[in-house]
Amino acid sequence: MDPFFGQTEKPVMYDRRKFLKNLGGGIVVVFCIGDLAMPELYGQSSPTEDLNFNAYLRVKENGRVDCYTGKIEMGQGVITSLAMVLAEELGVSVYDIDMVMGDTELCPYDAGTWGSLTTRFADPPLRAAAAEAREVLLGLAAERFGIPKDQLEVKEGTIYVKDNPAKKISYAELTKGQKIVKSLEQKPEIKKARDFKIVGKSFISLDAEAKVTGKAKYTGDIKLPGMVYASIVRPQVYGSKKLKVDASGLKNFEGARLIEKGDLVAVVHTDPEIAAKAAKSIRVSWEAPPAKANNETVFKYLEDNLKEGKVFEEGGDLKTGRETSKTLKEASYHDGYKAHASIETHGATCYFEGDKLTMWASSQTPFGTREAVAKALEMPLEKVHLKQIFLGGGFGGKIYNDQAVEAATIAKLCGNPVQLIWSRNEEFLYDKFRPAAVVKSAAGVDGNGKLNLWEFDIYCAGTRGTNLFYDVPNNRTRMFDQKGIHPLGTGAWRAPGNNTTTFARESHIDVIAHAAGIDPLTFRLNNLKNERMVAALKLAANTFGWEKTKKAGHGYGIALGEDAGTMVALIAEVSVDKKTGKIQPVRMVCAQDMGQVVNPLGAVLQTEGGLTMGLGYALSEEVEFEGGDVKTSNFNNYEITRFSNTPPIVCVFVDKMDAKPEGGGEPAIVCVGGAIANAVFDACGARVNRMPVSPERILEALKKV
Amino acid sequence: MKQTISFKLNGKPVTVQVNGDESVLTVLRTNLDHTGTKYGCGLGECGSCTVIMDKEAVRSCMITAEDLAGKEITTIEGLSAGGTLHPLQKAFIAHDALQCGFCTPGMIMNAYGLLLKSPNVNRQEIIKGMDANLCRCGSYNRIVDAIETAAKELNKK
Repeated sequence: MDPFFGQTEKPVMYDRRKFLKNLGGGIVVVFCIGDLAMPELYGQSSPTEDLNFNAYLRVKENGRVDCYTGKIEMGQGVITSLAMVLAEELGVSVYDIDMVMGDTELCPYDAGTWGSLTTRFADPPLRAAAAEAREVLLGLAAERFGIPKDQLEVKEGTIYVKDNPAKKISYAELTKGQKIVKSLEQKPEIKKARDFKIVGKSFISLDAEAKVTGKAKYTGDIKLPGMVYASIVRPQVYGSKKLKVDASGLKNFEGARLIEKGDLVAVVHTDPEIAAKAAKSIRVSWEAPPAKANNETVFKYLEDNLKEGKVFEEGGDLKTGRETSKTLKEASYHDGYKAHASIETHGATCYFEGDKLTMWASSQTPFGTREAVAKALEMPLEKVHLKQIFLGGGFGGKIYNDQAVEAATIAKLCGNPVQLIWSRNEEFLYDKFRPAAVVKSAAGVDGNGKLNLWEFDIYCAGTRGTNLFYDVPNNRTRMFDQKGIHPLGTGAWRAPGNNTTTFARESHIDVIAHAAGIDPLTFRLNNLKNERMVAALKLAANTFGWEKTKKAGHGYGIALGEDAGTMVALIAEVSVDKKTGKIQPVRMVCAQDMGQVVNPLGAVLQTEGGLTMGLGYALSEEVEFEGGDVKTSNFNNYEITRFSNTPPIVCVFVDKMDAKPEGGGEPAIVCVGGAIANAVFDACGARVNRMPVSPERILEALKKV
Repeated sequence: MKQTISFKLNGKPVTVQVNGDESVLTVLRTNLDHTGTKYGCGLGECGSCTVIMDKEAVRSCMITAEDLAGKEITTIEGLSAGGTLHPLQKAFIAHDALQCGFCTPGMIMNAYGLLLKSPNVNRQEIIKGMDANLCRCGSYNRIVDAIETAAKELNKK
């Protein structure tokens, strides 16, 4: 985890009895973490032991099953994969499950949907809870029929007597009139891969129909009686402090009300467009912080201001490494700020009922948002309720929810239900960007093509995914960072830091391979020490056809990366027009070892999605700014991937159904920058050391060839 | 001053009181509670707000309410009005051509407009016709597949 991300406040749980009382009848399984040793690092468990339940489900009297999870659905597909693992263990149809997600009063505490953690860490307790519920139901049926449990079997929510299938009883009949709360303290027997009926099969997203009909509800789709729309007056420069407000223009807008608290200046109105226009009429004098850097000078600025490095990994002796290397290459790699650019901007809709606030927010961290709102408004935690809602993309950007605090503050001051949806311009000013970063790298090889030296100094990209999977006797990886160094807001962006460091490492591996006169595939295979990575690379190379003859102007590029427990090998083919520098991605092949794949279609979707999104940062995305003045304001000056630059993509997985599942939402994207940069070099000889690999940078690099 | 405007929404006549200079997107979402059409950028750059106006796909955030008078508007809610999904909607599901789903209504409406204009569209023309619609989750290839499938289905009829 990167240094400024992953520290989560300890949650305060409210009364569990109240929590269970509100649920009504049926069979409820509460899962106590206790002996199962869920890693606290990931913030999935609460500290108070007797309230420590983490995943739970309820078999209702109508036979349908509620699955409660603190995770949210933002397009990553866990609404489907979590239902699948539950259905597998409980013995019901996937379509009989209702997912209740991210509701802070109904769902168990969860620190946030991030880090590709859901399948790795929310699956196991859910499987265990479902297995326990199945045992409870089998027990009830055994009692009912007066025969032992082992003579019964479960199929699609009905329990049959094995040698007399006419004798059967459904979960619905069994649960009727029951109220059983079962606390799970020991790990029940969960299914082995060979017995899977659902896990490992492809399921189309369970929310697809709601989404193609426009019925799926997002934060901005909630409309409340008496609701007003809020529009906030923003400064030009990030981090500005308010000096003076002239709201005299507001008189021209009937019904517009001024809301002011601290640096927050807003207008509310029953018409969203009048609220926006009225907000524009307000003149605020702001005091802007001095500009530290712009998008060109930021790399030098970071290097100049970060002198203290921390060693993350080291081995052997660097001096010996340098002296004994036959070929030595050094280079710096640069990566600018990147926006999350979800198509849905940040939003919150909320209302007060007495002293209680109810809110829908586009948040990856409903429990964290509850805390932030309660803290800002000085309310007890249990007086803030975040409700379930779909998110229109997140990618890390919706871990941060300033808009929720703004909306709650405005609702409190104006007395009406409030909806606040950030404009696209606000989204670019207040995004918590992927940080600009520098990586300085040195690599050496001996006379046999073996890596002998690896120096890797990372400025502002963290160490996630940088444990060396290449075998290098003399190595050192250091990290340079400091809170508050950036002129803009920064935060976690899909696989935090790992996109930058993987781009730098894989570019430099190519540089040293070419310098030693060795094919980049052969070089990597000769130097890898991680067997899972070797298998992924071989699978990618075979699927891609690395030996195939290239068309003129085309190039192949490899990048390897590790993220969230998954090994990724990506090979890209691009064509480059040497006159214009224009790049066209031709195809991408991605092989991954992500352990057990729960929903193969879902895993493919996440991989395709990550690679497609990644092409944006590799080819065109870069935030322009002067100090805190963010020049990038909309999609016309922040070019994300489009239909026309998305090539055919092939995704393959190393077959590991017996292994535990690893991360799937983030890993693939980390390899895109390196694979594209290496393919561009292969196509035209231009080595571009800065993301994105734009036509201008290619033409500039070609001058040096 | 409010003005009264009448137009057809998903086949049904509607009358709304508007300021006149607000966007069709706002009218649809706020005045008429048709929230399937989404706000993404407000500049016609992303296509999330795409609807059909008189048989043509348009960006509803870039058209003002007063230009609605007498027009026929179709939104995502209108595609499955009879309770049956449109072939485009079915194909988007079959190809799982969505993730977060926020750009999806705009994608489907833009594709609907494209197929109205050119029913025999090929893959390259689909890519060209859809290129101004943005999807951050990266469902582009599947969306093209879905539109190809739907076009074939529609041409059978």
